Amino acid sequence: MQDWRRNSGFFASLAVPPVAWLLLLFLVPLGGVWLLSFGQNTGLTEITVTGTLANYQRALEPLYLEIMLKSLWIAGATTMICLIAGFPVALAIVFAPPRAKTWLLLLVMLPFWTNLLIRTYALIAVLRTNGFLNAGLGWLWDGLSGLLALLGLGSLAPFQPLHLLYTDFAVVFGLVYVHLPFMVLPLYAALERIDRSLIEASLDLGAGHLRTLAYVVCPLALPGIISGVIVTMVPALGAYLAPDLLGGPSSQLIANVIERQFKRANDWPFGAALSFLLMYATFIALFVRAAVARSRGGGGAAL
Amino acid sequence: MKPMVEPLDYLRRGWMRLWLGVVFLFLYAPLLALVAFSFNDSKRNIVWKGFTLKYYQKAWENSGLVEAFGNSLAIAFVATVVSVVLGGMAALLLWRFRFPAKSVLSGLFGLPIVVPEICMGVAMLTFFVKIGWPADLPWPLNLGAVTMAHISFCFPFVAIVVGARLVSFNPEMEEAARDLGASDWDVLRDILVPHMKPALIAGALLAFTLSLDDFVITFFTSGPNTVTFPVKVYSMVRFALTPAVNAASTVLMAITILLTVLALRAQRGLQSSAQAH
Repeated sequence: MQDWRRNSGFFASLAVPPVAWLLLLFLVPLGGVWLLSFGQNTGLTEITVTGTLANYQRALEPLYLEIMLKSLWIAGATTMICLIAGFPVALAIVFAPPRAKTWLLLLVMLPFWTNLLIRTYALIAVLRTNGFLNAGLGWLWDGLSGLLALLGLGSLAPFQPLHLLYTDFAVVFGLVYVHLPFMVLPLYAALERIDRSLIEASLDLGAGHLRTLAYVVCPLALPGIISGVIVTMVPALGAYLAPDLLGGPSSQLIANVIERQFKRANDWPFGAALSFLLMYATFIALFVRAAVARSRGGGGAAL
Repeated sequence: MKPMVEPLDYLRRGWMRLWLGVVFLFLYAPLLALVAFSFNDSKRNIVWKGFTLKYYQKAWENSGLVEAFGNSLAIAFVATVVSVVLGGMAALLLWRFRFPAKSVLSGLFGLPIVVPEICMGVAMLTFFVKIGWPADLPWPLNLGAVTMAHISFCFPFVAIVVGARLVSFNPEMEEAARDLGASDWDVLRDILVPHMKPALIAGALLAFTLSLDDFVITFFTSGPNTVTFPVKVYSMVRFALTPAVNAASTVLMAITILLTVLALRAQRGLQSSAQAH
């Protein structure tokens, strides 16, 4: 590594284009939103930055507070389900033979690379009243009913398709569907680093698999688990498409409220305040992740 | 007696196979159903009525959709080229030089990756409105705002991929070149860029996929005449569910999967050549 003063011409020609781009087309726009969040509408299209905190105050009104808490609750539920569903997957990949490992990792990552909109759209056909999930459940129900009739226990009432689409359930389903790879990859990275002899020692000394998982694997993988929780929770908290396409009127989350302020309600200062509340939440989460990674010797920081 | 299973060979255990099966069914069944029913000869697409390509023809005859697809490709192409240049420069800068506030700058370069998409979307929307970016330029200049927004979130990804590659560079190569009289630019052109090449290719494919796939940020920056493919599909989905959307989605998925496989190939080449050093 070279000190920049020893070769300032080359340094400047490498530094100026990316730094200028980042500044002008990323930091300035974000800073603009930050300023807007302290402004107020003074005309139809006029906004004056007055330093007011009214927009943040309005965000704490019960209506919006409830939406923010609901966003947190839905993102939290999504993250928990991803953790429970993803942990065994990560465990299986870590201990899989090399060839299978490559394929399983590819299988986890591939949906990650397909379009978010298309993946969310695909779930509409799964969840709607005459969709695949209801068809599958109806088939199981009829089977069970037939079995009961065969045993002479009478039969069940005909299957009533469940109302799944446009509910909170559909939003969580969609968010888990989209974010599962976010969880599996950091978990995989953390589990991969664990010294296998520790797990084998625990098994040799008579602990079962569940006890080994609880007392050996989980504590060792904790930084990776925290990292996975955060990288899943942050995008889930700001998700726009899943609540928009799969949720009902009551399952709108913070991102949908932000979108409405900018595209329909035309209340930019309030939308800006909500955006920055989301940004602050993101920064806190990332800060926690960095602190955990540092105190635990960098485990799981790679993803 | 049950056959012996190694204690840690979780993949060979029944409950684990069942779990993996359910998870992968969950991940893939909706997408496979979407593809399958793009070929289904029925408007109510839950029952299979026979194979047809008519929805592909319908998608192809939908001029708005084709135009949006063209826009997406043009944006992705320009965004990729600029992102590779900027990302490569950022990676070189952070790898090569010691300078004040370096860790701050490196954190800032990573910021577009972690900022929630919706926040970046509204930032771009307000920015381009505020500076009065003209909305009625001729094609392809009217795509400028969307393209610039895409570059802002694509180039940091390229910087990460290229930065990881530079770690494996052998500084003796550069010293040898300098001893033989090479200037900074000679070293960059003849030694560093060839070393970075697999990462530049992988980064380019990554940037292209990211740009092609983006919905939220584009949704805020595109106007009525600068609709991209995901934004067009979104408006079609809101309007009515038609198998033509399935057909169009299948085409886009095929393109992204192809690009991803190519990117992984490039990265694998990157790993094996890194091991050779």
